[in-house]
Amino acid sequence: MIAHAIFFYTFSIIAVVSAIMVTASKNTVHSVFFLILDFISISCLFIMIGAEFLGMIMLIVYVGAVAVLFLFVVMMLNVAQQKNQWFAGEQSSRHIPVGLIISTLIFFEIIIVIGGWKYKPEIFDINNSLANTSVSNTHSLGQILYTDYIHVFQISGMILLVAMVGAIVLTFRQRSGLKRQSYIKQISRERAEGVEVLEVQSNKGVKIDD
Amino acid sequence: MEYLSIVFQEVYKILFLLVPVLVSVAMIVWLDRRVWAFVQKRQGPNVVGPFGLLQSLADALKYIFKEIIIPSSSNKVIFILAPIVTMTLALIAWAVIPFSATQVLADINVGILYLFAVSSLGVYGIIMGGWASNSKYPFLGAIRSAAQMVSYEVSIGVIIINVLLCVGSLNLNDIVIAQQNMWFVIPLFPMFVIFFISALAETNRPPFDLPEAEAELVAGYQTEYSGMMYAMFWLGEYANILLMCAMGAILFLGGWMSPIDVYPFTLVPGAIWLILKILLLFILFALVKAIVPRYRYDQLMRLGWKVFLPLSLTWVVLTASYLFYFNLLPVN
Repeated sequence: MIAHAIFFYTFSIIAVVSAIMVTASKNTVHSVFFLILDFISISCLFIMIGAEFLGMIMLIVYVGAVAVLFLFVVMMLNVAQQKNQWFAGEQSSRHIPVGLIISTLIFFEIIIVIGGWKYKPEIFDINNSLANTSVSNTHSLGQILYTDYIHVFQISGMILLVAMVGAIVLTFRQRSGLKRQSYIKQISRERAEGVEVLEVQSNKGVKIDD
Repeated sequence: MEYLSIVFQEVYKILFLLVPVLVSVAMIVWLDRRVWAFVQKRQGPNVVGPFGLLQSLADALKYIFKEIIIPSSSNKVIFILAPIVTMTLALIAWAVIPFSATQVLADINVGILYLFAVSSLGVYGIIMGGWASNSKYPFLGAIRSAAQMVSYEVSIGVIIINVLLCVGSLNLNDIVIAQQNMWFVIPLFPMFVIFFISALAETNRPPFDLPEAEAELVAGYQTEYSGMMYAMFWLGEYANILLMCAMGAILFLGGWMSPIDVYPFTLVPGAIWLILKILLLFILFALVKAIVPRYRYDQLMRLGWKVFLPLSLTWVVLTASYLFYFNLLPVN
């Protein structure tokens, strides 16, 4: 149990400190790296409470894919230019009220959740919950997700699909005058359409382009 | 005291796993160069030690004694962290590889997800190295590799789902045992081919070595690295290649299982079979390096997103319908 506590406190301290550093560090790329560290330590915490599937999916989806795209975007930004306006410029101070409102909302949401835990502990009782300890995590998740919550699951999938299509439609632009490579055309080319044998008269030459 | 003995036991186990992995990484570099040379009718490294076997050790020694140069305009902390991250991630993944039914460091429920997660984290070493160098070529290499590795992870993930449909468990030992009657390479052969090619792209091996394409980007993300830090990138890369070979061997070639279940073959320990299968896959990797020219970047992206992803997704539907129709779904 002592080892468990040591690991728990290590991971949670790392998670909290790196979460603070995400907002505190001035370099945007450093922020993203701290965010990654935060994700990793949170997935370690998930694994520690026995939710190994959730922890691994967190690693794969958030750290392996989402954060890579974050980094991708952030590295493309001109970081040196941004450093000067961060927190100091007139522009950023306008965002402070919005940020305050959102953070207050999140704070009250957390208060409500923790309050529920305090006053109705049987809801969060592990023995009472749907989780069956004899089957593995993945199996029980699948049994719940694909039976009771199948519609919610499919609707969320549809929403993601719509978001993807929307993003593609928004950024799609047809450029004219672009040479595209068509593999089928290339492979199915015959000698007759590619090569033309001409009689070249002396001192006349051949006109190649037309 | 009790804790201490447990810790010592675990450290002993870890050392017993990692030291052979590191030695075999050195040997595999030699093998890679040898195979490459033989395809081109050269001798390859054959001077240091018998058959040149100690060439990699000599190289490593050379790297250790070289100066580590840290560019003055680089982001020093991240610059130093990058090779460490690459190396660590390449080594921690070996914790779940089963060498026989009992010889596995961590027999966890979600072994295949762990392997997949760690291999998808591998991209960070490259991005960090490329960005922290604060130089054009490493940065371009890092961007290329980030896009490339994320794209090919998608198809590897879908291929893993194919295998999992036939197994019904995420545990690596269960995956191996499910192949008792037939290796998955036979029913899922197209998936094996796609996995092999995606593994080449995932480990930045030729013909997909665009992040370090020497004709365009000097050495890509490693351009600014020297000495031991370069060697760590190099070791991490080869450890990753071995890991992908091990993953292929476990998913498709029956892992530590002997190819035929008859008397003299079953005597051979499982670790030997696994190593032989890894070697077989690695020789294929090395042959591909020698005989295939490099892809263009748009071709690489097209192959990943427009060919492999639809193909492997279709195969998931096919596998699932086949298993469902013939009532072969693994239910427990």
